Amino acid sequence: MDFLNAIVALSNFVLVPGIAYGSQLALGALGVTLIYGILRFSNFAHGDTMAFGTMSVILVMWLFQSWGISFGPLPTALLALPFGMLGCMALLLATDKMVYQFYRDQKAKPVILVIVSMGVMFVLNGLVRFIIGPGEQRFADGERFIISARDFKELTGLKEGLAIKTTQGITVITAVIVVAALFWFLNRTRTGKSMRAYSDNEDLALLSGINPDRVVMVTWLIVAGLATIAGVLYGLDKSFKPFTYFQLLLPIFASAIVGGLGNPLGAIAGGFVIAFSEVFITYAWKKVLGYMMPESLEPSGLVQLLSTDYKFAVSFVILLIVLLFKPTGLFKGKAV
Amino acid sequence: MKKLLTATAAAALMTGAASAEEIKIGVLLGFTGPIESTVAHMGPAAHMAIKEVSESGLLLDGATVTAVNGDSTCVDSGAATAAAERLITSDGVKGIVGGDCSGVTGAVLTNVAMPNGVVMISPSATSPALSHMNNEDNGLFFRTAPSDARQGVVMTDVLMEQGIKEVAVTYTNNDYGKGLADAFAEAYEAAGGTVTISAAHEDGKADYSAEVGALAAAGGERLVVAGYVDQGGAGIVRAALDTGAFDTFHFPDGMMSDALVANFGDEIEGSTGQHPSPSEELASRFKEVTAASGMDFEPTTPFAPESYDAAALILLAMQAAGSSDPNVYKDKVEMVANAPGEQIQAGELGKGLEILANGGDIDFVGGTGVELVGPGEAAGLFREVLIEGGEDKTVTFR
Repeated sequence: MDFLNAIVALSNFVLVPGIAYGSQLALGALGVTLIYGILRFSNFAHGDTMAFGTMSVILVMWLFQSWGISFGPLPTALLALPFGMLGCMALLLATDKMVYQFYRDQKAKPVILVIVSMGVMFVLNGLVRFIIGPGEQRFADGERFIISARDFKELTGLKEGLAIKTTQGITVITAVIVVAALFWFLNRTRTGKSMRAYSDNEDLALLSGINPDRVVMVTWLIVAGLATIAGVLYGLDKSFKPFTYFQLLLPIFASAIVGGLGNPLGAIAGGFVIAFSEVFITYAWKKVLGYMMPESLEPSGLVQLLSTDYKFAVSFVILLIVLLFKPTGLFKGKAV
Repeated sequence: MKKLLTATAAAALMTGAASAEEIKIGVLLGFTGPIESTVAHMGPAAHMAIKEVSESGLLLDGATVTAVNGDSTCVDSGAATAAAERLITSDGVKGIVGGDCSGVTGAVLTNVAMPNGVVMISPSATSPALSHMNNEDNGLFFRTAPSDARQGVVMTDVLMEQGIKEVAVTYTNNDYGKGLADAFAEAYEAAGGTVTISAAHEDGKADYSAEVGALAAAGGERLVVAGYVDQGGAGIVRAALDTGAFDTFHFPDGMMSDALVANFGDEIEGSTGQHPSPSEELASRFKEVTAASGMDFEPTTPFAPESYDAAALILLAMQAAGSSDPNVYKDKVEMVANAPGEQIQAGELGKGLEILANGGDIDFVGGTGVELVGPGEAAGLFREVLIEGGEDKTVTFR
């Protein structure tokens, strides 16, 4: 019984939130890594692209709600998702036409594109706040829990509760579907293959007749889709706030770099590494150990490796170690 | 009107001021950043006082007053210092309403306001570290919100009266959060309570599972969240509720706002909190004044009346000193804020200016009943709140 309690406590506070957060980071990191791999620059505007996509979804969702459309136990935002993605795609294609294309034609160095993307970031930052305001929006409706902590306790008679939120379930399922679809697209379709070819060697790809404009356009479309999905999943699970989305940029980049920039598989692994390292190393094991050990050995302290203050230090230490010993990331990506 | 003219003429002769001045007042608040949604109401409240005084035409022989905004960002001391520098050197402001968060306020005070000799009245910086017991601030710094040392004691009283002897504490990792958490821990432990863990959280982060995991492991009857409602504070509460780690919370001032109830409603049933707040009488009066002024902000937002008072105090002190020079009028701030003298409510700034022009004394009450004690600090009145039926109910004022 005690052993079960320990497992449940660990799942409730570490495993379940870690998996959900890891999936959200992975989807964000996939977008960053695709841009890095194909367009060859670090897109600092990614966090705000996510914010813009999520905002469009929220706006469409409000429209649906005013029409009285809902999605049963699932959040209405999922119905609005395709429309939000379209909005985000339009935005990214427009920025590409207005901003990035100019620098691409000039064959600008990646570092210039990075600074340009920061400019885009500030503009998007303002745009989102201008349209929806700086405040917090919670837009998860429908059933909140697949199983709540209280129900779980009553159901099993255990002392510890296990809560699984609907949004966490949706996050994981959607992430799996999206990732599978993305890999199928990249590996099996003609367009996907041409994107990979363009990423591997631009000159060779151009010589073999791949249309670069098309590759760039498809990349932006996919990135817009990924960013919107990641943003909506994150917003459903926590809440939407432009400022938080802007700050999401850090863990997302850490994930992409740890996994190996430009490598989609690495982005996913990196997302989970960052999510779990934050939670595992700073978790206070007192409760879990208390269940596992005989009473006499029960710890009196918190049994915490590092205080939660250092949570972000953990991801950066991992980032440093990876960059020092394996500059291309865990999976073979490109050196930064 | 004739009487008034003679009065102002007499005052003009006495002070020797020749022509009407144009005075600028800086409003240095976090228009962007972690408390931007609160500042959206604080800024207009300060503007309201400035507009009221300027339109009365009674300040220093018809001086006009304009407000100049500066963005303190709440968190970035560098940006706040630069904004304050701009306000003082380029715009030439004679006084600053602000800063808002304790960290940037301290930085602006030592780096900009003191070297330039400009008065700062903060409506919302509450860190005990900003108390200048030995005049380190050259008498330039005042605040209309009470220090957190006082809030720590009030919090302890609220929790102890409910028989809660063991709490976990999480605070936002800055001067405000740390100062409040320390002040609370000191008062609470002295009263016989136990703090099981005091863990910091960073604002604006993506995920708070790690923090909540640690807090849950440490346990406690209630979770004290010394954070910001627009920020990590809300993230912590959300995660704690979702994982079933805590059911009830205690919220200090940074968490008390409409957003709290709107976001969590009946999920936080039975939680308690407190924030500096004017009595109901003052609050309803302030509401009326706001409505009459036609300014667009929510007068019940925490720190909105404090912002109004901060701006009003600067201008009233100028009038009392007969000068807009910060180094002259700084000595008059306490005089106009405190008794004795005729009580001046919110919306009566014109009357106050007139009395001062005639050489009288006033006791500025304003939106919060401001009373300065010690080195320019507000004594403060706290509203104790209980979340009941998805609403925040006033239990008592203490």
